Amino acid sequence: MAEDLLALSALEAVEAIKRGELSAAELFSFYRDRAAQEEGGQEPLNCFCWLAERLPEGNDPSAAPLAGVPVAVKDLFCTEGIPSQAGSRILAGYRPPYTATAVARLEAAGATLLGKTNQDEFAMGSSSEYCAFGPVRNPWDRSRVPGGSSGGSAAAVAGGLAPWALGTDTGGSIRQPAALCGIVGLKPTYGAVSRYGMIAFASSLDQAGPMTRTVTDAALLLSHLAGRDPRDATSVGLPEPISLPTAEGLGGLGRNGPLRLGIPAELLAGEGVEPGVKTAFERALAVAEQLGAQIVEGVSLPHAPHALSAYYVLAPAEASSNLARYDGVRYGLRVEGDGLVDTYERTRAEGFGPEVKRRIMLGTYVLSAGYYDAYYAQAQRVRTLIVEDFRSAFSEVDLIVCPTAAGVAFPLGAKRDDPWAMYMNDYFTVPMSLAGIPAISIPCGLVEVEGKELPVGLQLAGPHFSEQLLLEAAYALEQALGFSGRQGWV
Amino acid sequence: MGIGEGRFEPVIGLEIHVQLATKTKLFCGCRNAFGDPPNTNICPVCLGLPGALPVANREAVRFALMIGAALGSDLAERSVFHRKNYFYPDLPKGYQISQYDLPLCRGGELEGVRIQRVHLEEDAAKLIHYGGSGRIHGSELSMVDFNRGGTPLVEIVTHPDLRSPEQAGQWLRLLRATLKELGVSDVNMEEGSLRVDANVSVRPVGSDRLGTKTELKNLNSFRYLERGLAAEIARQIKLLEEGEEVSQETVHFDPESGRLTVMRSKEEAHDYRYFPEPDLPPVQIDQGLIEEARAAVGELPAERIRRYEALGVAPHHARTLGFRPELAAYFEEALAEAEGVGPARLGSWVVEELAPRLGEGVEPLQGAAKPAAFAALVAMVEGKRLSTAAARTVLEELVAKGGHPEQIVAREGLEALGDGERLRQLVAEAIAANPQAAEKVKAGELKAIGPIVGHVMRTTKGRADGAAVQELIKEQLGV
Amino acid sequence: MIERAEVLHVARLARLKLAEEEVEALRRDLSEVLSHVAKIGEVAAAEVPPTAHVALAEAPLRADEPQPSLSREVALGSAPAREGEFFLVPSPQA
Repeated sequence: MAEDLLALSALEAVEAIKRGELSAAELFSFYRDRAAQEEGGQEPLNCFCWLAERLPEGNDPSAAPLAGVPVAVKDLFCTEGIPSQAGSRILAGYRPPYTATAVARLEAAGATLLGKTNQDEFAMGSSSEYCAFGPVRNPWDRSRVPGGSSGGSAAAVAGGLAPWALGTDTGGSIRQPAALCGIVGLKPTYGAVSRYGMIAFASSLDQAGPMTRTVTDAALLLSHLAGRDPRDATSVGLPEPISLPTAEGLGGLGRNGPLRLGIPAELLAGEGVEPGVKTAFERALAVAEQLGAQIVEGVSLPHAPHALSAYYVLAPAEASSNLARYDGVRYGLRVEGDGLVDTYERTRAEGFGPEVKRRIMLGTYVLSAGYYDAYYAQAQRVRTLIVEDFRSAFSEVDLIVCPTAAGVAFPLGAKRDDPWAMYMNDYFTVPMSLAGIPAISIPCGLVEVEGKELPVGLQLAGPHFSEQLLLEAAYALEQALGFSGRQGWV
Repeated sequence: MGIGEGRFEPVIGLEIHVQLATKTKLFCGCRNAFGDPPNTNICPVCLGLPGALPVANREAVRFALMIGAALGSDLAERSVFHRKNYFYPDLPKGYQISQYDLPLCRGGELEGVRIQRVHLEEDAAKLIHYGGSGRIHGSELSMVDFNRGGTPLVEIVTHPDLRSPEQAGQWLRLLRATLKELGVSDVNMEEGSLRVDANVSVRPVGSDRLGTKTELKNLNSFRYLERGLAAEIARQIKLLEEGEEVSQETVHFDPESGRLTVMRSKEEAHDYRYFPEPDLPPVQIDQGLIEEARAAVGELPAERIRRYEALGVAPHHARTLGFRPELAAYFEEALAEAEGVGPARLGSWVVEELAPRLGEGVEPLQGAAKPAAFAALVAMVEGKRLSTAAARTVLEELVAKGGHPEQIVAREGLEALGDGERLRQLVAEAIAANPQAAEKVKAGELKAIGPIVGHVMRTTKGRADGAAVQELIKEQLGV
Repeated sequence: MIERAEVLHVARLARLKLAEEEVEALRRDLSEVLSHVAKIGEVAAAEVPPTAHVALAEAPLRADEPQPSLSREVALGSAPAREGEFFLVPSPQA
């Protein structure tokens, strides 16, 4: 019975509940108990920083679209009355008086909140090691990181502790952990999902998105997440409702017939992709061709190699401003000092971890007098060029395809002392974030490292509002690659 | 006056903050209300809670565009909000959402003073000394009330075109009247809905280079503005005359003592690290909104003043009528009904005689003294059928009870006495009754004529024309 | 690439109190990161307009209609220090 429940994708669970074969309460208890047990064990994954006690009282959710299926939510989403700390000590104990729109939409559709997942502090990180509540572990190999910053959500799904999860992606924080944990992660078009109630890291880049076992589940979750929110001036929603994907091949998905998948020349020529990743990627491309896709080599995104640098100017700059509100006046940690300025300085020094401090310092520097034009303004100009690069590329191909990350999950602690090495984890995901275009990562293979199998992710990116095409292409590939169902607890 | 005469002339620019009278705050739906219990008009957005996001208030944008239209500014088709970053307890997000290089309105002019820009920004919260006196010096703790935080402000910045404290005061009064008439703000300096900072420098008369300017902050009334400016100008002139230099500083004027204090900043100068507000895409101002804003701008005080002056109304009367649209409306109705009296005398009577007699908060047109009756009364004065003193008596009754001047005059027997035989006789009697005064007048002390005039006025119950009486007395006394 | 004095200046702007050990570590880390990000300077972009927003929305303007506010108790509930109806902070002038 337990294996049966565990094996159910979120959609299958919804259907089972609606058929009366399963109750929402039963499913909730099942996952809740698994999560609690996991966290109490040896070398726990440490995915959850808060777990719901029980299913909320109220109406029978089985009639609602999501039928009461539980969802794990990244801690940085505000959830009314429930701790929302964005992985930071500076928000220790903070319980917001309101719920983020993205979460509220899921709850309105009948999903129930299973728990809040652990993350890199304020979403700044690619390993989920910079958490106030301790690092998260990868279910595939507990000595390794799950990726970040949505590592808790990724590990929960991959570890069978939640049917699906909500994450956020600023420079790759959904896609990269999805790749390292062997699950599906989608970053929607910027503005598709409301940011109201998402504790902000970099406002022009942050987006919420689904982290799921299957592409179909991602489509289902996205269909309820997306929508214009009058409380978020940057939200536009999606022009068409998302439907569950059905594509059987890639031959007819393209604008003019076969789906044209472009391989970005400069990106792949640059930094070293690990051999195991390269092999898995090439095998996936072969499968795509068999499915009727046309692989187009050498698609130029000339400024993409500068994307990481531009990102690490723009994102910390916005973050340095977004995090100025954490001053101990109205909520969160306050460390009393000698007068106002000292109180500010001590509060923030004790409340923020080292990576957050680094980025605040970097961001403040690049905005400061004398440096603004060379750094911030220049990064904005490079951003324009990257937007243009993608626009131009999409006139030749339907989607861009590349590995999600250059390597598989690395050992805990391996990159903590080398900021730039850590930032390189985002090399393939950051260009899409800068352009605001949607991208999905799906598991495409396994690499054996020191006796453990570690997943590899394939990233597909498309023009603005091409989510449906991404989902269709990903679905067809997923079926052909035969990966769905092979999860980290097997 | 003393200032500006001699070797130096002052150069003054003003930065005015106007609190808009919208129903809600600039970026959230909390009420924009003065005087509500502390921390009751607050929400995640204006409290700067994690995850909250701003959404701009259309009415605030419309009001800002109206102000720009009234000042003859160029109205932007695309405008951007910026973040101004600094730490202070009254600034919950650690940044203020304001505008930088793409403000809503640019340029413009009001009565000879050029406008640089008009932009929107959110107000800070209120810091109160823990102890309640309202000032924050000398306390260890402060209390914060976030009600005011996030309310919409329009900042108006002028070019340094003002040349004296008096001119600055007059100009600011005109701006205030203009904004009041637009209906965009209460513009009450005591309540803080109109705030002024001044940039002041001096330079040798005839020079066109600008001297170093200082910033004079928080001038809470027109009087303080003028006095503060005068004091700072004098301070700068004295420095330069002593061979010293003026440093670019912030100066605080204490109206109680009349003293200026230079504020030495304890920290480095602010580096605000302005960058475009990522949570707010640029505001595209559609033509419809621009037209709405322009259409909402009726005749403004400056235009009205000019129009009345052109009609012949004395400048100081035109100015009062210009500043007070309700009086102006009354004046125009009276003018329309008037026969035998022109705008100059009518304007004078509205300002000098009617206005002071109306009660507090009485709308002139709603009062008992109707414009037609009023106009007829003033025509009687113009035609010398009624003395000024008698007319005032009639006016009192019109204001109190209404009616028509012809009837009141007839009933009370107030018809002017003119300068005929009867009046000459009364004058002679008055002279006889006041021999000492008469002697003094004959001796050349014309001031002593008062009691004799008063005697005549009393016996005629004010029906005599004071000027004519004086002439007759002088004639009879041979002076 | 970045001097110690600049690190301290930036820390002050950002209201971060740095322990002595942190200053040097940050100076090193920031210098390293800056040496990488500074490469954006190699991109010829003088004529390129900056992108401040990839948002595909025009800024929606909100109607001037009051919405419910938070209750004072809820708002003050998270305050680290309060006095009756107010948030309490060290005085800026102290």
